[in-house]
Amino acid sequence: MYEHLETAENPEGLRRVVIDPVTRVEGHGKVTLLLDEEHRVRQARLHIVEFRGFERFIQGRPYWELPVLVQRLCGICPVSHHLAAGKAIDQIAGVDRLTPTAEKLRRLMHFGQVLQSHALHFFHLATPDLLFGFDSEADRRNIFGVLEAYPDVGLEGIRMRKYGQEVIRAVSGKRIHGSACIPGGMNKALTVAERDELAQGIDPVIGWCRNALALVRKLYLANRAYHERFAYIRSNFLSLIGEGGALELYHGGLRAKDEHGRILFDRVDDRSYTDLMREEVRSWSYMKFPYLVSLGKEKGWYRVGPLARINNCDFIPTPLAEEARREFLATLGGGEPVHGSLAFHWARMIEALHCAEAIRELLQDADLLGAELVLRGERRLEGIGVIEAPRGTLIHHYRVNEEDLVVRANLIVSTTHNNQAMNESIRQVAAEYLDGRDLTEGLLNRIEVAVRAYDPCLSCATHALGKMPLVLELRDCRGALVDVIARHGDGSIEAGRRSVAGG
Amino acid sequence: MGRLLVFGYGNPSRGDDALGPLLVEALRKENLPQDAIEFQCDYQLQVEHALDLVDKAAVLFVDAHARCEGPFRLEPVAPRRDASYTTHAMTPQAVLEAFRTVLRGEPPPCFLLSIRGERFGLGEPVSEVARASLQKALEAAAAWCWRWLGRSVRGQAP
Repeated sequence: MYEHLETAENPEGLRRVVIDPVTRVEGHGKVTLLLDEEHRVRQARLHIVEFRGFERFIQGRPYWELPVLVQRLCGICPVSHHLAAGKAIDQIAGVDRLTPTAEKLRRLMHFGQVLQSHALHFFHLATPDLLFGFDSEADRRNIFGVLEAYPDVGLEGIRMRKYGQEVIRAVSGKRIHGSACIPGGMNKALTVAERDELAQGIDPVIGWCRNALALVRKLYLANRAYHERFAYIRSNFLSLIGEGGALELYHGGLRAKDEHGRILFDRVDDRSYTDLMREEVRSWSYMKFPYLVSLGKEKGWYRVGPLARINNCDFIPTPLAEEARREFLATLGGGEPVHGSLAFHWARMIEALHCAEAIRELLQDADLLGAELVLRGERRLEGIGVIEAPRGTLIHHYRVNEEDLVVRANLIVSTTHNNQAMNESIRQVAAEYLDGRDLTEGLLNRIEVAVRAYDPCLSCATHALGKMPLVLELRDCRGALVDVIARHGDGSIEAGRRSVAGG
Repeated sequence: MGRLLVFGYGNPSRGDDALGPLLVEALRKENLPQDAIEFQCDYQLQVEHALDLVDKAAVLFVDAHARCEGPFRLEPVAPRRDASYTTHAMTPQAVLEAFRTVLRGEPPPCFLLSIRGERFGLGEPVSEVARASLQKALEAAAAWCWRWLGRSVRGQAP
């Protein structure tokens, strides 16, 4: 829809504005805008320093080390990488289906992970924009502003996150370095005491999730026309799908729908993902652009994540979340998938509620306390693990040799799946709100709001003090540096970003 | 009197970024009254860690520092609203600010032990400089624990 803004015809004569870093996303991303002398947007691109070198980091290591190894790739979603690698090495160990206890422990851990991740994104990174408005004072538009103005909302968000972390800790035994997944199963059983402690805390969590869902619904509908139009793009959607079309986060077949909601493929074995999708390389980006083979490069890009999952599934197998899904689609969908990018926030809270409900169900399941944790099978040379991580479909693909060492690794993370969609979203915002206007901090924040909706994780997980100096540069149409604003590793900022106005 | 909390954070697979968790691991093996100290590690600090500070007598955050002058630096930290909220990770100061805002009270005395590191690449080993810094920082951390446990540094180990 906005492809014409991907590459300007004569970039050398244009003014370049850089939003660097894009704030309230994980890792380092930047947006570049090229403007002509009338302030018309001629080009808009999101650049991401992707996970580089991961595959090399993994190659040559014994396959059974993978779940522990890969969780260190990312400090934001270590459990997602841990589980995807765990599923892959099950196959290398010749196990296609775990024992009921092992599978339910993994599901429990995954629900905890998605719950805490969604809580962080919604309360910490998204609500400042939604509660205060995109143009509100920049120094108020943050988690502290939320905590001050809405202390109960803020505290519930923190407690939801804390509970999710406790679920992970109970299953894996540790907050970090957990070794829960091993080839063919799980390393540790859940004790009665651990189960009971989690069970004691789950009912309030469901209440907090319902409050969060009511809040995002209220905020979205309070300015519905604007929110629906904001960063509106139409796309295909990809996700795992469960039995009978159920929402599925841990294991299922791949389903894709087109922009009208028509199914492109359904319940396809995720191990054949290479038949379904390809990754395109573009000269200006470090990150690849995946697309569905059947639709080709131009029309085959798609979105993953909460909005894709809610659009793709036929039902959610927990009652409160299912009720919320129906209402969401009836309100916003009109018989088609919901396409507005800000609807990701609403979909995310439906999933958070589902996770809390699913955790409660699992904690009442006798299988969870079983002792049969590991199965063995006939050794294979390849394993593909696919899960729905909080941000979307996550693929881990490994080949090993006869000595058990990894000889090839391929990881496709959800942020990569959403690369084209995020670029389309910022182009829509640039064309709709920035075109022909003097740039202000509030206008530039709209670009970031569009990116944040996807909750991209660009993390390299290195965060040591002093290691993240971030710089915003403003250059004139001849490329001369006009102004520089720096954010230092200790968080201090030397100048406000408002100075980019005009130019 | 509450327990002490020693909280190391960093990614063990990112070279010297492992210094926080490594110090916690080493401190656990020191001859300290372990029941009086809670040890925690995480990849990075986040807002929910404010709840970990509740009822603690004192808190020691431990992190790698790329620009640390000398092998380590131990300093008190106070609540501060900085820009670290703009990522998924927070500074200790921001966590304290979150404590104050959410829990409507003052956090316990908190300190940051910064340990000098120089290499943070994925898969890199801990550098020699960092290992040397770690040893010195470990002594400082143990002394901090004893001080807050109300005992002198010398001669009163159990």
